[in-house]
Amino acid sequence: MNVFDLLLQPLGYAFMQRGLVAALVVGVICAVIGTYVVLRGMAFFGDALAHAILPGVAIGYLAGSGARGPLFLWSLVAAVVSSVGIGAITRGTRVREDTAIGIVFAGMFALGVALISSVRSYSVDLAHFLFGNVLGVSNTDLWVIIGFGVVILVLVLVFYKEFLVLSFDPLLAVTLRLPSQLLEYLLLVLISLTIVVSLQTVGVALMVAMLITPTAAAYLLTRRLPVMMALAAGIASLSGVVGLYISYYIGVASGAAIVLTSTVFFLTAWAFREIQKASWKRMAQR
Amino acid sequence: MALIRELRKSNFTGQGVDHQPGQPIVEARQLRVSYGQHMALDNVTFRLLTSQRVAVIGPNGAGKSTLFKVIAGVIKPTSGEVNVYGHGPNGHICIAYVPQRSQVDWNFPVTVADVVMMGRTGKIGMLRWPGARDREIVEKSLADVGLLDLAGRQISELSGGQQQRMFIARALAQEAELILMDEPLNGLDVTSQEIIFEILDELRKRNVTVMVATHDLDHAAEMFDQVMLLKHRLIGFGLPQEVLTAGNLIDAYGGHLRLIEAEGGTLAVGDTCCDEDRLP
Repeated sequence: MNVFDLLLQPLGYAFMQRGLVAALVVGVICAVIGTYVVLRGMAFFGDALAHAILPGVAIGYLAGSGARGPLFLWSLVAAVVSSVGIGAITRGTRVREDTAIGIVFAGMFALGVALISSVRSYSVDLAHFLFGNVLGVSNTDLWVIIGFGVVILVLVLVFYKEFLVLSFDPLLAVTLRLPSQLLEYLLLVLISLTIVVSLQTVGVALMVAMLITPTAAAYLLTRRLPVMMALAAGIASLSGVVGLYISYYIGVASGAAIVLTSTVFFLTAWAFREIQKASWKRMAQR
Repeated sequence: MALIRELRKSNFTGQGVDHQPGQPIVEARQLRVSYGQHMALDNVTFRLLTSQRVAVIGPNGAGKSTLFKVIAGVIKPTSGEVNVYGHGPNGHICIAYVPQRSQVDWNFPVTVADVVMMGRTGKIGMLRWPGARDREIVEKSLADVGLLDLAGRQISELSGGQQQRMFIARALAQEAELILMDEPLNGLDVTSQEIIFEILDELRKRNVTVMVATHDLDHAAEMFDQVMLLKHRLIGFGLPQEVLTAGNLIDAYGGHLRLIEAEGGTLAVGDTCCDEDRLP
C-alpha cells in the first residue's frame, strides 16, 4: 500500500469526508478567533467559556431531542450568561476576575454534568460533548458549521481595525470614542459562537487547545497579525486533517489526536525558533 | 532659558484653533477622583490655554496618570468636571493619550506603520477601510518624527526613544490637538530625550497642546512653558519659576527631596522616581 492509498482510502467513507471538512473549517475559525484570545491573554477565559456552555448543550440536547438548532441556541445562551456572570461578580464583589471565571466555569460545568447525568440513556452523549465526535458530523451539522464559520470570519473582517485597536491599546479605543463596550461584547459573542460551532470536533474539555495552540505556534513564527492569522489557520486545519488520519489508522479518539497533533506543531515551531536563534548567535559571533 | 521666554511670548498670540475659540483647551473644575477610601485627585481646578507645553510633576502615585485619564475621558471623575474646548472629553477624538512604555505589549504582532494607522481609526469610521489619504497621513506622521525608514519594523525592534516617537506619530495621525504623555522620558538617553523635545517644539508651532508627566525637575524647569505640581491636590500651576519653589516642592515630596542652597537660588536634587517600583 503506497502513500496515496493511505491518504485516499479513508476518503471512501462519507463520515470521514464530512469529518475532514469539519476539521478544516473549524481549524480556520478557531485559529482566527484564537488570535484574539492569545493576544489578549484570554486563554483561561476561553477554556472556562468552553466548559461553561455544557448546561446549554445539555438543555438544548434534551429539549430538541438531539436536533442541532436548539443546541446552538442554548449553548450561546449559556455562554452569554457565563460571560455576564463573570463580569457581574468581578464588578460587584472584591473577588478578582480569574477567581470569578473559576467559580462560574466550575458551577456551570457541574450543572451541565448534573443535567446530562439525570437522563441515564444520554450518558454516552456526555462523552461526545466532553471529547467531541467529529466523525459523527452529519450533513446538516456541516452546513451549520460552514454557515456560522462564514458569519464569524466576515464579522472579523468587518471589525478588523476596531478589534486591533481594542486588543493592542484599549485606552486608544476609548480616546478614539469607539464603542468599546459593544465591540468587547461582540468579541465575546464571536468567541462563544466559535466554541459552540467547534464543539463537535474536540469537545468542551479540549476546546481551548483549538483556540490557542495553533495560534501560539503561529505567534512564534511571525510578527505580523494577518500573517499570524493565516499561518494559525493553516496549522489548525493541518492538525485537524493529520489528527483525523492518525485517529483513523491508530484508533485513538479523534479529538485527542487533533489536539496532540497541534501540540506537536507548537513544539516544532518552538524548536525551530530556538535553532534559528542559536544560528543567529553563531553568525553574530563570527 | 532664553528659548523658553521666546516661546512663551509666542504662546499667547491666540492662533484661533477651531472648536470654540477663546475657550481654554482644558478646564478642570473641582475635580475629585476617589477609589474607595483612597483619594487620587482632590479638588483640582485649573485652566490650560492652547499650544502650551506643560510638565506635570509630583511623586509616584500623586495622581498624574489619573488626571490624564480623566482629561482623556477614560475615567469619570467622582465629582467636579473637566472640559476640553468647552465640552466634556467624551465627544472629542482630538485627545491623544500616550501610554507609559511599561504598559504596552511590545511583542504584539504589529509594525510601526500599523500602530500609527491605529490613530486613523476614529477618522476612518466604522465599516470602512483605510484609504489613500489615510496612508498618506500615516506616512507624513512617520516622517515628522523621523521614523519613515522603520515603518515596516515590528514594534519591539525599536529603541525606547523610537517607541515614544512612534506614539507621537500615532497622535499626529489622529490629528490630536491635545497630547497627554505619561512619563515619556523615563529611561531614555539624553540624545533620545533631545530628539523628543525637538519634536515637541514642532508640535507647539502647530498649536498642539502637550501635557507631559515627568520625574525630571530640571526638564520641568527648563524645557516647559508651565509646570503643574500635583500631589492629589494641585500644589501649584504656572510658570516654572513660580511653581518650583522650595516650599512647594517640600509640600509635594516631603523628605524625599534634597534641597541644596546654591549660587543664585535653591537647587532641588532628584525626586524619588523609581521606575522599578511601578513595574509589575
